[in-house]
Amino acid sequence: MARMVTTRRKVISTAAAWLVGFLIFFPILWMVLASFKTELEAFAIPPSFLFFHWTTENYVTVQERSDYFHHALNSIIIAGGSTLIAMLIAIPAAWSMAFSPTKRTKDILLWMLSTKMMPPVGVLVPIYLIFRTVGLLDTRTGLVFILCLGNLPIVIWMLFTYFKEIPKDILEAARMDGATIGRELIYVLTPMAVPGLASTMLLNLILAWNEAFWTLNLSTLEAAPLTVFIASYSSPEGLFWAKLSAASTLAIAPILVLGWFS
Amino acid sequence: MGQITLQGVQKSFGPVHIIKGADLDIADGSFVVFVGPSGCGKTTLLRLIAGLEDVTGGAILIDGRNVVDVPPAKRGLSMVFQSYALYPHMSVRGNIAFGLKMAGMAKDEINRKVEAAAATLNLTPYLDRKPRELSGGQRQRVAIGRAIVREPKAFLFDEPLSNLDAALRVQMRLEVTRLQKQLGTTAIYVTHDQVEAMTMADKIVVLNSGKIEQYGSPLELYEKPANLFVAGFIGSPKMNFVTGDLAKQQGAATIGVRPEHLKVERDGQGGWHGTVSVAEHLGSDTFLYVDAGPLGMLTARYIGELDLHPGDKVSLIPDPARIHRFDDSGKSIRA
Repeated sequence: MARMVTTRRKVISTAAAWLVGFLIFFPILWMVLASFKTELEAFAIPPSFLFFHWTTENYVTVQERSDYFHHALNSIIIAGGSTLIAMLIAIPAAWSMAFSPTKRTKDILLWMLSTKMMPPVGVLVPIYLIFRTVGLLDTRTGLVFILCLGNLPIVIWMLFTYFKEIPKDILEAARMDGATIGRELIYVLTPMAVPGLASTMLLNLILAWNEAFWTLNLSTLEAAPLTVFIASYSSPEGLFWAKLSAASTLAIAPILVLGWFS
Repeated sequence: MGQITLQGVQKSFGPVHIIKGADLDIADGSFVVFVGPSGCGKTTLLRLIAGLEDVTGGAILIDGRNVVDVPPAKRGLSMVFQSYALYPHMSVRGNIAFGLKMAGMAKDEINRKVEAAAATLNLTPYLDRKPRELSGGQRQRVAIGRAIVREPKAFLFDEPLSNLDAALRVQMRLEVTRLQKQLGTTAIYVTHDQVEAMTMADKIVVLNSGKIEQYGSPLELYEKPANLFVAGFIGSPKMNFVTGDLAKQQGAATIGVRPEHLKVERDGQGGWHGTVSVAEHLGSDTFLYVDAGPLGMLTARYIGELDLHPGDKVSLIPDPARIHRFDDSGKSIRA
């Protein structure tokens, strides 16, 4: 029997979906609202939801105290740069693992994934010392490098699974048609894998944008991205909820917009 | 020109020998079909000729030049795949033009050639569609178009019709044969369907577990099979084989008679006696599966309708001129 979809059922499920959506979105909404409150109102109990004294002073103060655009530019360069380099390395790597695997390909894939199971803090000291010795501390190059390495396993895995889905016959047809490996990648494989490449890129961009462990530990000011900018508002002198919220709202805005429009 | 010669071609995957030394001479302009049971190595042999696999030993000559170290595109061959293998993100035009584009041909010339190929294959109205918007038969035509537009020395077909329904398969079979004759280009065609092999081929290569069992014209294979395997593989229903005293009387280890060469007589006297176990009435033919006691199950084919039913006693009289004799090793004995 076909399932009956009554109007009542539709109304209930729609309402439930909206409720769940609102619950998930609530922390972000709360943060945005808090950013428009005064510091006193921001942690007042009981909290006021909409009826408070709206102000943009937090945004002004945040911009005065620290240079938002400097950090935002760092974030864009670090996230964008590490994603681009990761893709350039991962596309040929995933291609060779998907289309000319050897006996050890599976082992290599698992080994790459296993590196993600290690807590990063376990290698913080050696990496910090290496960075200090070679002069990469608080540089964008250093952060691009470390984030690219950190995300490579996931990027290669994702691309590998996308490439695996492409029938081998089509690549052989391209070879019969006279395409070299490079042209095969450009004209056949990459266009066919565009949806996969796009979602992998977006995921990597988000991961790199939000990465806080390495960015907080390896940069202070020069190369500091937005994560450091947010963290600077949870200072030892006390928590400034409103300013922290304003900083956070500014920090997540670009990636949120990018996620919506892509 | 498209003369292809195989000299002792071998292929192994690790310890497994897929092709155990194949020698073959394919004349320019001929239509050669590789046929055999699944796993016999026919597709592997085709892929070796194409260059998609590397040979383990031996030589492949195309117009007298050894091509074993030449990449696929430089061999001047084009291939039609079982799955069609069309580029899904390109239009029909893009698919057909791809090989020419890779060869660096001028745009006007590409357009002219693509349009000529499309006209030959009735694809002109579909040139700007994507493969997913086409039917199975149309996709097959695009795959063929992609092959002919490059004006290759030879076409390689890897079971190209096996994904089509029965009616379309018959139609495409005719079209492919006609196109090949019209272009006069050498064609190598892999199939497991012996009807396709018999109807399309100038010459058939029968393969069995990596060995060429026989190479000859369709009727040669039917009338003078080289051994038991070819005798059993070519022809439908399968040839009847009888061993024992009856074969010894003929000076052979095994004798074979095709179902169509057994005369069926109801309660007859001479010949081989048996009881009908299954009778298939097709109107045009009647197939009888007869339990002939010590001789085993025998199949007989009668042209037209024969009113016999399970349990009826019959005698089967073999046509003496059409009895095939085989020795202990299975080789055919010629008088």
